Amino acid sequence: MERPLTEHIRPDGAPLSIAEYEGFGGYGALRKALLGMTPSQVQQEVKASNLRGRGGAGFPTGAKWSFVPAEAAGPKYVISNSDEMEPGAFKDRLLMEGNPHQLLEGLILAGYATGADRAYIFLRWEYRRSADCIARAIDEAYRGGYLGRDILRSGYSLEMRLHVSAGRYICGEETALLNALEGRRGTPRSKPPFPQLSGLWGRPAVVNNAETLSNIPHIIARGAEWFRGLSRCADGGTKLYGVSGRVKRPGAWELPMGTTIREILEERAGGMKEGFVLRAILPGGASTEFLLPEHLDVPMDFDSCMKAGSRLGTGTLIVLDDRTCPVGMVHNLTRFFARESCGWCTPCREGLPWLERILGSLEAGDGRDGDLDILESHTRLLGPGHTYCALAPGAMEPLQSALKCFREDFERHIREGTCPWR
Amino acid sequence: MATIFIDDRPYEVDDGQNLLQACLTLGFDLPYFCWHPALHSAGACRQCAVKLFHDEKDRRGRIVMSCMTPAADGTRISVDDPEARAFRASVIEWLMANHPHDCPVCDEGGECHLQDMTVMTGHVSRRYRYPKRTHVNQDLGPFVNHEMNRCIQCYRCVRFYRDYAGGRDFHVFAAKRDVYFGRHAEGPLESEFAGNLVEVCPTGVFTDKLFKGHYARKWDLQTAPSVCVHCAVGCNTIPGERDGTLRRIRNRYNGEVNGYFLCDRGRYGYGFVNGEGRIRQPLLREGRGASRAARPAGVQEALLSLSALLQADGPRRLIGIGSPRASLETNFALRTLVGGEQFFSGLARREQRLVGLILEILTNGPARTPSLREAEEADAVFILGEDVPNRAPRLALALRQSVRRGPMAAAGKLHIPSWDDIAVREALQQNRGFLFAAGMAACRLDPIAAGALRAAPDDLARLGFAVARALSAGAPPVPGLSGAMESAAKGIARALLAAGRPLVISGTASGSEDVIRAAGQVARALCESGRDPLLLYVMDECNSLGSGLLEGRPLEEAVDAVESAASTTVLVVENDLARRADAPLVERLFAAAGRLVVADHTASATSERADVVLPAASFAEAAGTYVNLEGRAQRAYAVMPPGGDVRSGWRWIAEMMRLRVAGSPAGQNGAAPDWRDLDDVASSMIDEVRALKVLRFLARPASFRLTGRKIPRQPHRSSGRTAVTAHRDVREPRPVDDPDSPLAYSMEGAGTTPPPALICREWAPGWNSAQAVNRLQSRVGGPLRGGDPGLRLLAPAGMDESGYTGDMPGAFEPRQGQWLLVPLWHVFGSEELSRLAAGVASLSPAPYVAVNPAEERNRVFVEGQMACVAAQGRTYRLPVRIDRSLPAGTAGIPAGLVPGVSLPAWGVLEPRTAKET
Repeated sequence: MERPLTEHIRPDGAPLSIAEYEGFGGYGALRKALLGMTPSQVQQEVKASNLRGRGGAGFPTGAKWSFVPAEAAGPKYVISNSDEMEPGAFKDRLLMEGNPHQLLEGLILAGYATGADRAYIFLRWEYRRSADCIARAIDEAYRGGYLGRDILRSGYSLEMRLHVSAGRYICGEETALLNALEGRRGTPRSKPPFPQLSGLWGRPAVVNNAETLSNIPHIIARGAEWFRGLSRCADGGTKLYGVSGRVKRPGAWELPMGTTIREILEERAGGMKEGFVLRAILPGGASTEFLLPEHLDVPMDFDSCMKAGSRLGTGTLIVLDDRTCPVGMVHNLTRFFARESCGWCTPCREGLPWLERILGSLEAGDGRDGDLDILESHTRLLGPGHTYCALAPGAMEPLQSALKCFREDFERHIREGTCPWR
Repeated sequence: MATIFIDDRPYEVDDGQNLLQACLTLGFDLPYFCWHPALHSAGACRQCAVKLFHDEKDRRGRIVMSCMTPAADGTRISVDDPEARAFRASVIEWLMANHPHDCPVCDEGGECHLQDMTVMTGHVSRRYRYPKRTHVNQDLGPFVNHEMNRCIQCYRCVRFYRDYAGGRDFHVFAAKRDVYFGRHAEGPLESEFAGNLVEVCPTGVFTDKLFKGHYARKWDLQTAPSVCVHCAVGCNTIPGERDGTLRRIRNRYNGEVNGYFLCDRGRYGYGFVNGEGRIRQPLLREGRGASRAARPAGVQEALLSLSALLQADGPRRLIGIGSPRASLETNFALRTLVGGEQFFSGLARREQRLVGLILEILTNGPARTPSLREAEEADAVFILGEDVPNRAPRLALALRQSVRRGPMAAAGKLHIPSWDDIAVREALQQNRGFLFAAGMAACRLDPIAAGALRAAPDDLARLGFAVARALSAGAPPVPGLSGAMESAAKGIARALLAAGRPLVISGTASGSEDVIRAAGQVARALCESGRDPLLLYVMDECNSLGSGLLEGRPLEEAVDAVESAASTTVLVVENDLARRADAPLVERLFAAAGRLVVADHTASATSERADVVLPAASFAEAAGTYVNLEGRAQRAYAVMPPGGDVRSGWRWIAEMMRLRVAGSPAGQNGAAPDWRDLDDVASSMIDEVRALKVLRFLARPASFRLTGRKIPRQPHRSSGRTAVTAHRDVREPRPVDDPDSPLAYSMEGAGTTPPPALICREWAPGWNSAQAVNRLQSRVGGPLRGGDPGLRLLAPAGMDESGYTGDMPGAFEPRQGQWLLVPLWHVFGSEELSRLAAGVASLSPAPYVAVNPAEERNRVFVEGQMACVAAQGRTYRLPVRIDRSLPAGTAGIPAGLVPGVSLPAWGVLEPRTAKET
């Protein structure tokens, strides 16, 4: 089984230096593209690879790039969304700390393909170690001639900067990230206009997830067909899957796209810890819907997860066991989302704290008749299109499925006037 | 036009709107908060949700925000859809979760958009059972009260203050449910437009702090359409009165003038109306000398003493001095009383010439004056020798919008609709259209200007002539022009030529006729190049242009006239001459006047010297016509009857006419008009003054009736007001009669919406806040139904034969041992009447002299230490201010704050040594 993204990462996790990276063929794809391919050929190759965005939405990467107007004069930007803050997700960190040059090469290729002249890596504030690794890698890449003016004498120039975020979940949202990068408040924007037309400082900008970008060098080096062959489904490539919760070996692994939940959970994570029984799974981080033990054979890819009633999201599973209160879990998640609301639109700013308090009341034994109706109606009222961005609708996914899957647990909280898990 | 379908019925709407604007224009009650017709869409509050259908077969539809959805042809929506209604009610429920429900003690209560919208959605019961969020409030200075707990986070305040008005000391802080709107630290808001927060805020976070000091509910206020008297822009206002005191000023929408916004000088400068300086009864002074005390007198006694004066002196011995802050009617009445030869405008020769020259250029030249709306649509602006933010603040706010005009096209290319404000600002970034600010010192528009230049008046004029020359070979060259000046001129010329609607702004700030002429020549040169430029001159007072049209003689000639004929009676109406000319000249006039009669509403250095003082009505108690800088005549109406002995200026003059007729032998002076009401004066004026003929169509006569009745100044639900005098007499007093307008001092009267110029309050059923104006406009954000009030008096003659003048000053030459003292203007402080309001006074600087230490000789002056300034025969001790923007050879004196000096003037500066101080 091929693991292009992680195969060279050292067991101790120390970052690969530029020399080591080059030793494994690193920057070969860049050389190949810059000296032998046109930007549109690079775009074509990525399109053909069926690479879909690894940040959670799964938008085809090649298509995203193609919306950047080729003729636009003035600066254009490519940005790595390295603001990994989805609860349960730690996959980008693994790549950034272990093999930062792979990300850089992907970002430079994305820049070349879209005609960008500036690149930013927008990094989560808490990822101090990643920041060190990336800063050093950017420095090495400049010295190695992979960044700056006239890269590899191809005539293509790109400047790259690391930007460490001030630390808000919402800044991982594409347009809020752009606002934050401009030095404004980290609030999302409405689309259209799309960032590819008016993104950063009013200029075209492409924002790709760090894992997405890390795939690009391999696609260019070894071709779209090879990349598609890595996968067990129509989406190309491998995927970094992670598992957290009461399993024997929590962690992250690079596996073919479309690997089943069972395989990830049982073969990689070693199954549940002794004395714990699997109750449900959030397959793609905090803002996805619960899947149940009956879904263990669902392949973890975008379409299959959707069909099962949830989303692939970041591909990092959170496991709920039988000794943890589902209401408490949802309360915890809702507290996170309420805290991370940017405060721009009413439903999210005012609705989420209300839900958080109701869930807190249930946990504290102060639940009342009608509380579940309020929770339930909010899962619709805070749905897509009702709010300014996807934060609140995302927050509603675990709540709405919990109300379905664990209805009895919710009702017991009210009936018994206490949390049965206490 | 586009056809949209609302609940399956077709409607025609204008192109390029969003659905919210279209629905409101069509009269639908669709609630909203973050959207504002001038600030456009933000999409934040989610209140204006409607159901959007894909096509006529789609019955499911989806919720969209109407403010963020174009009203494109064929769009199908439902406002009435149950899911959309439920969602809108939910938004109110969310907002109400933390709103304090303190309406009974909230100043906004009764005119609160949040109240209106809550009622509109039908949300009535509370389910949220947790503690409410609370905030700490800030002291934001004398004008705006802060009560953050009431906030519903619509973001309008910050979008107005920062994005629209360019303020920097106000922002949104924190995130999630703790979002906070205020300053980084307590302190007075810096923007002179901060008062608009009171009207922009949909609830009671920002309320009028002065109003709080003498608060009355909206339904207890008597209101009338008025015009601001604190600068030449002529913003439309709605003053509110209760119990004989003026309580507040609100914006009155006029799509061509001020739109939705006022400046704080206009909003908070009304203190003089209630002030201690008010003259409320006649005063007599007998004898001579400075120590003589004034004695209050009855009207009859005052008239008697006047009649003695009028008869003893005869008509030739009476001269009249009018005022640019008095109405056209009062000035005209004075002119009629004394006769044209004895009528003086109240301005010194320099100002008089400036206004005269402006009138000449605007009537004989080829360029047209813009309304403020048109100024806002200009795509290149050249300001020559004016300090717009301090002298015509509302115009500066318009210019802040005009610099966005040009770059707006770029947003259009990205298919971003102009109402999608957040996206437009993202696309535009800091790109701005052309604005060049050439003045005597730094200007608050400099930061948004493509270029700024500071120079002495002569050099400013030369810059203007050089621009004209760069535009047209027909214009004369400017000899000895510096390279820097020449390249600046060429750059300005290029930008003006490239623009679709270039605007040239100049005015009287620099006191230079050459500057005014140069601006006119720039406009002329643009016309020659086939452009259609706009030309606007800023003047000092609310009726500068109007009084200019009456062609009075300058003050210097009044002094000559008084000095050449012994014991001349001088009648000064609504003017403080000490502010018009240098002290020696004014002293000569006072010394030589046989008798000095002053009719004014407020005590001044002039009324202090008068033998007879007559209590005149302020704008709040008298109807009158004012002509703004655009040449727009506007009728202002009294909001309350003049109490006691107070009368309109023209009424005192009419009394004098009657006295004179009565005292004259039969037949002599018998033809004097017998004016009974304002319509009488106005119709005499229209007959006699050619330039004012068109005023015939300005205002409805006092006899105008709507459905057979007068238009009430008081709102219909005026509840407790009828009991105000019940402790004296349970019978309700008869309303005071108003002979000067079709408005009544009553809540009785016509119930339908009056013609736009007579709208006493912006109200519609279900709409009690300022947003009610939606219902009075022909298109939301557009003109009032029936047309925006006011009549333009000036029209350009077209390309005349007069051509260019080759007459231009040489380059400014600094003088050895002398400084050219130039006026520095202050929005709070430079204007006479607003300065009498405590809040405005607290923001006004104390008198000072400003020097630029870049000049070697100025280094002896130390900031804060005293300096001696000698000019026009007087010496002043003033603290030194450092102003690094002043041109070499000049020093700055705050305009209007140092009485007795007429600026610009040459003077001598000396530092006070430590020994002396």
